[in-house]
Amino acid sequence: MNILVQTKRRLSKFLMAFFKKKKARIGIYGPPNAGKTTLANRIARDWTGEDVGLVSEVPHETRRAVRKSDISITGSNGSNITIDIVDTPGVTTKIDYKDFLEYGMDKETAVIRAREATEGVAEAMHWLREDINGVMYMLDATEDPFMQVNIMMIGIIESRKLPVIIVANKIDLPDASPQRIRSAFPQHPVVPISCLEGKNIEDLYEKMVEHFG
Amino acid sequence: MQGIQIDLISSEKLAALTSMEKIHLILDHVRKGSIIILEKGLSPDEQSTLIEMTMREILPDGFNGIEIETYPSRDQSPGFLQKLLGRSAIESRLTVIGPANQLRMIKKEKDIISAWVSTR
Repeated sequence: MNILVQTKRRLSKFLMAFFKKKKARIGIYGPPNAGKTTLANRIARDWTGEDVGLVSEVPHETRRAVRKSDISITGSNGSNITIDIVDTPGVTTKIDYKDFLEYGMDKETAVIRAREATEGVAEAMHWLREDINGVMYMLDATEDPFMQVNIMMIGIIESRKLPVIIVANKIDLPDASPQRIRSAFPQHPVVPISCLEGKNIEDLYEKMVEHFG
Repeated sequence: MQGIQIDLISSEKLAALTSMEKIHLILDHVRKGSIIILEKGLSPDEQSTLIEMTMREILPDGFNGIEIETYPSRDQSPGFLQKLLGRSAIESRLTVIGPANQLRMIKKEKDIISAWVSTR
């Protein structure tokens, strides 16, 4: 672990203890395979040293909302927020177990995975209505941001008046176009990052402190 | 003769239904293989509940979810009462909903939705 991360953690813990700020629950939402768990893991690892969940190329690897509590993030100007991060299953309007067979699963495993995924999406929607104070909406910057599920989800988040940051992930890939995401959702801050490489992740932390603080 | 049933539901009919009645109406029709066209779309809360209830209805080798498309909503200038209550007015627009295994959206523009429907 490098000295910078250790220093950041100590400073965050000190500020949290000193100011006793009220915690916000920030949900990471978005379509399947946008990189939500990779982001949750990176945030948790950077500020607590622990992971949140498993990452896989198979859609719906995350099938339950997973909460990581007491993550204290400090911005460059010393401002500090303490949040719970909730990593949620990818939101969709359709799930077919046959899609999992393509990844080498047998039918029984695929059916169980599909059932768990449906329960996970329903649970994620419930969390959004009841238990979330802010949202990071995660999009794969190589995909079309105008998909109906994204339009619906942003509308739902806006109607609940929740603060939202749109995270344009996978900017390390050649087809990535964060600009397309900016033009799709001009009313919200968009932060382009690569979760995998950690590119621009500090910009995201700054925006989180500013937006959710 | 094989075919697809398309149900066009007027805004008056929708206005007379509660949110749960609308969602049950949609899911009952779509699970039977019909395409639903709503003259006016659902509110964000209704959309959220529709996603949740759709997930609870999915069965292996049966209903596997919905395809839904709507025109982008338009902000309306709020009236006096809405301003007073601090509410913004977002106009919900024509919405197409169908079974995910039969309805595919081809193209969506500001005022055109192109869809492809297959028989089961």
